[in-house]
Amino acid sequence: MSDTHSNTVAYVRDTMLPQTEPPLTEKGALKWLRENLFSGWLNTGLTLIALFIIWQALMAVGPWLLNSVWNAGSLRECRDILDGATGACFAVIVDRWHQLLFGFYPRHLYWRPVLALVLLFVALSPVLFPSLPRRLLTFTAIYPFLAYHLLWGGSVWLPIGAALGFVVGALAYIGLKRVNNLLAVFGAVLAPVLWWLVLAGPFDSTMSAVLPWGLEFVRSDRFGGFLISLVIGISGISLSLPLGILLALGRQSDMIFIKSVCVVFIEFIRGVPLITLLFTASLLLNFFLPPGTSFDLILRVIIMVTLFASAYMAEVVRGGLAALPKGQYEAADALGLDYWKAQRLIIMPQALKISIPGIVNTFIGLFKDTTLVVFIGLLDPIGLSNAIRASTDWNGIYWELFIFIGLLFFIFCFGMSRYSLYLERKLKRDHR
Amino acid sequence: MSSKTDPRQTASVPAKSSFTLSMLLYDQRYRSITIQIFALFVLMLGVAWLIDNVSSNLQLLGRTFGFGFLSQSAGYDINQRLIEYDSTMTHGRAALVGFLNTVVLAILGCILATVIGVVAGVLRLSSNWIVSRLVGFYVEIFRNIPTLIWILIFGAIMAEGMPAPSAFRGETPTAFMLFDAVAITNRGVFVPSILFATELGTVNLGLISPSLNWLLIIAVLLASFYAARALVSHANRVQNATGVRPTTWWKILALIFVPISVVFIALGAHLQLPELRGFNFAGGLHLRNSFIAMWLGLGIYTGAFIAEIVRGGILAISKGQTEAAYALGLQPGRTMRLVILPQALRVIIPPLISQYLNLTKNTSLGLAVGYMDLRSTLGGITINQTGRELEGMMLLMLIYLALSLTISALMNVYNNRVKLKER
Repeated sequence: MSDTHSNTVAYVRDTMLPQTEPPLTEKGALKWLRENLFSGWLNTGLTLIALFIIWQALMAVGPWLLNSVWNAGSLRECRDILDGATGACFAVIVDRWHQLLFGFYPRHLYWRPVLALVLLFVALSPVLFPSLPRRLLTFTAIYPFLAYHLLWGGSVWLPIGAALGFVVGALAYIGLKRVNNLLAVFGAVLAPVLWWLVLAGPFDSTMSAVLPWGLEFVRSDRFGGFLISLVIGISGISLSLPLGILLALGRQSDMIFIKSVCVVFIEFIRGVPLITLLFTASLLLNFFLPPGTSFDLILRVIIMVTLFASAYMAEVVRGGLAALPKGQYEAADALGLDYWKAQRLIIMPQALKISIPGIVNTFIGLFKDTTLVVFIGLLDPIGLSNAIRASTDWNGIYWELFIFIGLLFFIFCFGMSRYSLYLERKLKRDHR
Repeated sequence: MSSKTDPRQTASVPAKSSFTLSMLLYDQRYRSITIQIFALFVLMLGVAWLIDNVSSNLQLLGRTFGFGFLSQSAGYDINQRLIEYDSTMTHGRAALVGFLNTVVLAILGCILATVIGVVAGVLRLSSNWIVSRLVGFYVEIFRNIPTLIWILIFGAIMAEGMPAPSAFRGETPTAFMLFDAVAITNRGVFVPSILFATELGTVNLGLISPSLNWLLIIAVLLASFYAARALVSHANRVQNATGVRPTTWWKILALIFVPISVVFIALGAHLQLPELRGFNFAGGLHLRNSFIAMWLGLGIYTGAFIAEIVRGGILAISKGQTEAAYALGLQPGRTMRLVILPQALRVIIPPLISQYLNLTKNTSLGLAVGYMDLRSTLGGITINQTGRELEGMMLLMLIYLALSLTISALMNVYNNRVKLKER
């Protein structure tokens, strides 16, 4: 301080004080702790309770997990190795992982479901990530037939014959379009039906006789484990979305008859538990089919699961449709678009975007519901865990199997929900 | 999409147009009728085909269609029954016992799920890092693993993880009863039950004969709640008229608790504690493992979904509402109760209804742990014994459908009451 100033003004500091450190409780980890964990009596109490719960859980599970046995032939061997100490016996997973994943699928053919799963991701990639080349969509269209052939095997001409039905339909549409639009639509529906009913069978048998190509046939009752969950889940997911959209449109329709049929269907399916529908598929379907006919149980289950999920899907999509402002419909009409063009180009892209969270939640629910097939005797992971527990080697093992199965489901379902979050964020950006 | 707003329709309607046959296909006005008649035709054809198949199949099997089997003797036991039942009674009675088990599980499950869901949903929004992460972990792990696995896990925890009744015995028991009243064993949970010194008898309602004591208690409780509500609306009226709200809290407490206590004392109610007798506990109320596994499995699983719904509902209310309430000088507690919650409820109720419905439908998984619900009795043993799968499954579906429609109707009434009254 200079003397001149001290004469005129009592106290004025004309030099800056050096910066001091912030108080210890206002920086770094301490500040974070104070603000996030101990900001008041209530918060402190909650923190302590939470810490206590975590501590208890760690104490209960930690030693058990850390002290786990991975190599043993039976539960007794496991207990001998542990020698009285607490510990998990994950040897059961090492011993039986192939059953939990593939059921009784022939061991030398495991490459086929694995290849089908890998190709599934290739087929899905252009749908999930729009930055990939559009040409990949051709593979997506071929994939269902390819996957069927890889999983079940048999003659290669059966899936090709089924796929040709769609080609026939497309050809009929293009051919008849020159004559008349309406005729083309009828042709596109009738031609494939005729092909499948009349010509596909002879086509399959003659081609099989001429060129007996194909993979080893695997019967449906050899399917099991996570394979069956994935087959049912993925077929149900991919079929229920289009069906659900159609049902939602039907429910919004002005045609009173179509509307009431859709409402009755949706409300009935949503009002009964899935398990009663599965029982219908396994016990009652023979009553509703012409005497003497029967078809594959897995296929029946896929149909029922699809119908079930499509009713929920319809409600989700209906929510999206209802959320669209009426101006969008009117704008489509003003542009002179017909009903299907308006739906495809204007309404659906927006309505589906709004309903993404609901759609993915329905997918996740459907995938989790595939575990219910254990009640009609299909050997899904839970059915196999019961079978493994029933064997003398692994009698009395619970937690390790539950953890393994639960983890597999968690990975798939959590992955789906994260993807839906990603999609929501991505689509939100272009909607300012 | 509605044809009313279709420009071509309004623009192209000529002043005079004679009807030609081609208009059935090309005119928007008639096309929808054509399509509907065509769809009706296809549907009727399909239904006729199904009915024909069913009747010819039944004929081939030499069977008739009828519900007479419901009055045959059931011949199987049900381990959890709310009404009188033994194996000599009819299949219809067994189905009723199963139905009541389903309803009880659904109601208790919904209550548990709501309590867990609301607490977890609020805690997940907590500013406390560790608590919100812990609750987030709970929600994610329960939402992404099938409910059937959770039910089996809780079943295994009860059967494998809990002490046997013999562990409660001896000089140095390894297990203890909670508060000397609740015993959790691997054979189920034993809780105290309420007994009455004076029994008023039962009233015969045909199918069921409930005890008069409990009917009286329920009636008194209902009357108390009605009176309490009348008191609250009176207080609201006074507040609206004068601006001063009369003190009500102790009056409400008295209205609810005094009459019911008087009834309990008059009837000589006392607790019967479970006690170790022989190899098992006796006395009190025995909650079986199957029930506990279903209740915890469904309740905690659905609670995770409700937590997300509650969280979403609270987040949907804009921050401006809170700030406006603070600007009016409302305390945080009142802000929550009077401003945030009434608005959040509107967002929460519709998805909550569908969660309740899901829980009710999921009670049909009881078979996995041997819970004797409607599906296990009517849809399981009865169908197996009588071979009437067609009739049994139809009845089962109809009952579930009726149950679902009832729940959604009740909840919709409530939803309409909390809904925003727009002019």
